[in-house]
Amino acid sequence: MNYRLIKDKIFFGCICFLSSLTVIPLVAIIWQLVKRGYRQINWDFFTKTAPSTLDAMLAKSNGTLISGGIANGITGTLLMVAMASAIAIPVGIFAGIYLEERPNTAFSNTVRFLTDLLQGIPSIILGIIAYAWVVKSLGSYSALAGATSLFIMMLPLIVRSTEETLKMLPVSMKESALALGAPYWAVMLKVMLPSAFGGLFIGILLAISRVIGETAPLMLTALGSTAVNWDVTEPTSAVPLLIWQFYNDPNLVDLIWSSSLFLMILILILNIIAKQVAKKWRIQ
Amino acid sequence: MRILSIKDILFKRLLFVAALLILLICAGIVYTLVSGSYGTFVRFGFFHFITSTAWNPTIGHENYGALSFIVGTLLTAFVALLLCLPFSLPVALFTGEYFRGKKIASIISSVINLLAGIPSIVYGLWGFYTLRPIMNHLGWGQQGFGLLTSAIVLAIMIIPYASSLSSEFISMVPKDLKESAYSLGATRLEVIKNVTFPVAGMGIFASYVLALGRALGETMAVTMLIGNTNNLPTSITSTGNTMASIIANQFGEADGLKLSSLIALGLLLFLITAIINFIGKMIMKKFAA
Repeated sequence: MNYRLIKDKIFFGCICFLSSLTVIPLVAIIWQLVKRGYRQINWDFFTKTAPSTLDAMLAKSNGTLISGGIANGITGTLLMVAMASAIAIPVGIFAGIYLEERPNTAFSNTVRFLTDLLQGIPSIILGIIAYAWVVKSLGSYSALAGATSLFIMMLPLIVRSTEETLKMLPVSMKESALALGAPYWAVMLKVMLPSAFGGLFIGILLAISRVIGETAPLMLTALGSTAVNWDVTEPTSAVPLLIWQFYNDPNLVDLIWSSSLFLMILILILNIIAKQVAKKWRIQ
Repeated sequence: MRILSIKDILFKRLLFVAALLILLICAGIVYTLVSGSYGTFVRFGFFHFITSTAWNPTIGHENYGALSFIVGTLLTAFVALLLCLPFSLPVALFTGEYFRGKKIASIISSVINLLAGIPSIVYGLWGFYTLRPIMNHLGWGQQGFGLLTSAIVLAIMIIPYASSLSSEFISMVPKDLKESAYSLGATRLEVIKNVTFPVAGMGIFASYVLALGRALGETMAVTMLIGNTNNLPTSITSTGNTMASIIANQFGEADGLKLSSLIALGLLLFLITAIINFIGKMIMKKFAA
């Protein structure tokens, strides 16, 4: 065999080898979470709040499982993500429609540029922003502030996915609906949006899975709480915030694995649903 | 001509307001960051703030500078970019060239996508409990903490961003160009070297610029691994702080001048990432056109 062919084969081998190496961190991380976290996941994990440091220390010295769970984190995450989505989804979809309808005006180009800018802002900065806007005005850390930072994170993702999906729909669809005499709003909301449902839904799921594991902005805004809290003006916990809190407490540190495992499973489920939807709703 | 009904007008207004809101949020972010950091810039001067390595919160001797953190941020991000290159580029070639459209390529890209889905704090935990002991054993960093440790974790975190975009550019290289090279007897490696890279080069470069933008702003994993010391890093294994990590560490207890300085760091980080992202997007646009 000649030298060039050998070089080609070696290069191909290297590519395959190095590509397969990227599987290692994923497997290593998930394996570690499962191995060290699965025992903590039981009924209490979902229904009870995190134990006090003292209880955890006692359980640890007795060699038993730390009792209690992360109910405060789960409800907090749910509350804040729901609030953020409730605003980000409609605003994002409407702004996405606007950009798709007027693709080339100066205003649209500016908004599109700013959407990209917004998407690139590090999440910690959105924490500062929500702190300045909400925490300072309310005078207290709150779920509302946390939701504000998550809202700004989700918004650009939803705007862009809406615009991209609508772009893929055939123009004839809109034209025929208008020709049948349907008013503009009905064409957009009852014809175009339902047809774009798949793409929109995927965009929303991915946006949620992006913000659900965010820790940094919540540290500056929601702060955390030891009890289940549904009052949006009070400090609230979230699963990633609890992981951070456990990580910093030598007595509770065993709980990081189960909480991270839970978070990973949640994100995995969102991704799998998105993938299934993508398969089913692919626009031809 | 159709006469627009009230509902239609209202609907169009609604769309406009939603788009306007994005503009207002961006304007608000810039305003908040600038007005929040105003105190610091007035006290120390913009130029002095970004060139000073001081970070002294003692009351009466308060003195803050951003240089240590700017250096820490740039150093970790660039090292992460270098470290991710030997893995993300093969992945891009694997999914965009060698096995494009094959099942194995979609498996690898799913794995890569999942890597992108892992929260920053979980990477931090992994880095702390798995990577840090190894680094400690090798004698790199302080008990395994340091810029290099964070850069390694950052490198893994940005592989998905770098590889999925460059894979797209690689798969967009026109088939006839590659086929004419094959017909001249070129091997696949030669085609990649002489056709794919020259054609897709700018696009690949742009994906790495955007990945750099990601690495610059990453917070939690870095905060947990960098060692959190407020001095100018002297080597790649020394401890330090990035702009994002010092904000995460000290924002909670800060007020007055210190708070203002942290917000000023936020403003600088915002500007740096915005510029990097802007450059990446511009190159990409030029390449696509």
